Amino acid sequence: MRIALAATCIADTLFPAAPQAVVRLLERLGHEVVFPAGQTCCGQMHVNTGYVAEAVPVIRNHVRTFAPVADGEWDAVVIPSGSCTGSVRHQQAMVARRVGLDELAATAEAVAARTFELSELLVDVLGVTDVGAWFPHRVTYHPTCHSLRMVHVGDRPLRLLREVEGLDLVELPAAETCCGFGGTFAFKNADVSGAMLADKTANVRATAADVLTAGDMSCLMHIGGGLSRQRSGVRALHLAEILASTREDPTPLPAATFSEMTTA
Amino acid sequence: MSTFLGIPRRREADDEPFGPLPHPHEPLRWGESFPRAAKAALGNTQLRRNLAHATTTIRDKRARVVAEVPDWEALRDAGSAVKQQVLAELPELLARLEQSVTERGGVVHWARDADEANRIVAQIAEAKGADEVVKIKSMATQEIGLNEALAARGIAAIETDLAELIVQLADDMPSHFLVPAIHRNRTEIRDIFLARMAGAPADLSDAPRELATAAREHLRRKFLSAKVAVSGANFGVADTGTVAVVESEGNGRMCLTLPETLVTVMGIEKLVPTFTDLEVFLQLLPRSSTGERMNPYTSLWTGVTPGDGPQEFHLILLDNGRTKVLEDEVGRAALHCIRCSACLNVCPVYERVGGHAYGSVYPGPIGAILTPQLTGPSGAQSAGHDDPNASLPFASTLCGACYEVCPVKIDIPSILVDLRARAVDADRGRLVDPVAAAMKAASWAMSDAGRFAGAERAAALTHRVGGKDHVVRRLPYPGSLWTGSRDLPVPASRSFRRWWADRKESE
Repeated sequence: MRIALAATCIADTLFPAAPQAVVRLLERLGHEVVFPAGQTCCGQMHVNTGYVAEAVPVIRNHVRTFAPVADGEWDAVVIPSGSCTGSVRHQQAMVARRVGLDELAATAEAVAARTFELSELLVDVLGVTDVGAWFPHRVTYHPTCHSLRMVHVGDRPLRLLREVEGLDLVELPAAETCCGFGGTFAFKNADVSGAMLADKTANVRATAADVLTAGDMSCLMHIGGGLSRQRSGVRALHLAEILASTREDPTPLPAATFSEMTTA
Repeated sequence: MSTFLGIPRRREADDEPFGPLPHPHEPLRWGESFPRAAKAALGNTQLRRNLAHATTTIRDKRARVVAEVPDWEALRDAGSAVKQQVLAELPELLARLEQSVTERGGVVHWARDADEANRIVAQIAEAKGADEVVKIKSMATQEIGLNEALAARGIAAIETDLAELIVQLADDMPSHFLVPAIHRNRTEIRDIFLARMAGAPADLSDAPRELATAAREHLRRKFLSAKVAVSGANFGVADTGTVAVVESEGNGRMCLTLPETLVTVMGIEKLVPTFTDLEVFLQLLPRSSTGERMNPYTSLWTGVTPGDGPQEFHLILLDNGRTKVLEDEVGRAALHCIRCSACLNVCPVYERVGGHAYGSVYPGPIGAILTPQLTGPSGAQSAGHDDPNASLPFASTLCGACYEVCPVKIDIPSILVDLRARAVDADRGRLVDPVAAAMKAASWAMSDAGRFAGAERAAALTHRVGGKDHVVRRLPYPGSLWTGSRDLPVPASRSFRRWWADRKESE
């Protein structure tokens, strides 16, 4: 398959190891990965903060960049984020329509129909749960809110993790409770966000896991930021970084909370 | 534009142990923005413990009984469809309700706002010579500040729901639809009863049974002496004129059957078209609210029945901002709400700050979309940053737990986002707005990959400040809002985009 990667603005800038792992993983599974250079961001931050007018050009840029998928140029678009996938599916066309851009809305819908969150792409489109990964560490999984309740990935990430050789998967208490990130919520309601984060990190630490993983780098930035502050020793890795790891090409546990980019 | 509702109660020295709040002048606008009120609430350790325990318990109970119902999703769809129909045909259905109630011997009153509704209730009580009325717990009468308005005219309103009685005795405000004293534990309740409830036994312990017995004895005297009862309504059936109240304690049944005169205050959106529609809601409501298969008491009455129950029945149909909400295509779904409180119980924000932080008698996720619409200048506008209620749509992480449990499928996150856009638009044109400036700059950079790549290259230069852990531990305001609780990862020394380009080049 020819798969276009939407890296997400946050991973592109702050956490390149996550989209790099997507490339490693998909190429290992025999697929061709394309990175359309015109991409920036899906527009979610602007929409969710109330800046609809400012969101429109960002959305337009995303839709134009990935429009070729609707014409068969690529077989699918993959996004290593439940939140950004949710934005593409549930917000872009709605926002375009609200400002009267019906044509943009229609294209957005066509792109959204071929856009998949990573675990959806693997399980539903590529039909694999055992991706041949090896990751000999104790791992707990946080199902991010938008993965869970907007994109409905269900247990797909867990099914993928259960097949990883050597991986000791431990259940996260109160896993489905929000970590308190919420984009600009972390700033506008910093105190409440901090209280939610305290409970989430306490639950992560209670698992005695070496690694916290999730399908969204944004939530991992938040929880990982808390774990880093507490000098907890827990590492925050994107699901793709674990699935990309093999005996031959293992993903090392980073020296600090987040992975450094691979140099290859 | 503030509506004065009743006399603001002067706080006495002995209020201190019980009333964390001054009684607000406006039941829907207590005066503090959400982030400020939430900060204060977070400092109350006891409150956080009580809330975490109570919301977790109710949440788990609800999940268990909902899982038992095989057609739960179909029921939600049906509930949502009925409410959509009600809103689409509201004028006709209201006229039909008025006719049905009148034909069965009831009197229908129309109240545009809180003042009108309060005046009608007071006039009815005065006509009956009553200086005391017994009340069934009701959100509509909380919303209009009825108790305070009656007090101003020398009429005492006695709350007969146990938790509402606790709130009233403590001169407190409710913090939840269903369990308004959720922020109190039993030791606090014992203290409130001892200090404020006439006839409470001096050796009262904090055993729930003893507390309930003491309240029961206190209330029994009130039920037997009251001439007028005031209730809200869970449902009003347009076709038959039947009004329904569901409750757990039996205090409602007492109020609905003993006093000679019954006054019901009902929001105009509480309608259902036909009697059979109740079958949908009487399944949805108890499982969603108390986590029970069926609520203990469901009272239905239709006009007046000679020789049985109240011989005079008044139905006050309350607008108080609802038609304004109805005008808005997106926001109007908030009027589907049946006040079950499932969204409060699952909300991670509510769980930590409780109801008072929302500054309205309608707290939680539904309050965050209902309150600003009811009090805003018009359905499609927002009052902007000067109005504390404009902060409510931002009091959510958009985690979606509320939408998932809502028995009438109100898409609360989408309405929150819509209301945020209105709050932002209302503030456009302010001279200095750093957030708006940042959003505009981000929009410019993110609309074009060349500009975005440039911004990334600039950001990559800050990589060094992260040290060997690649995080920043302390930033000046507003970055301190983040670094107060968490480290901030620094931008990578090379973006993914650059890595990809370099890789392609080396191929």
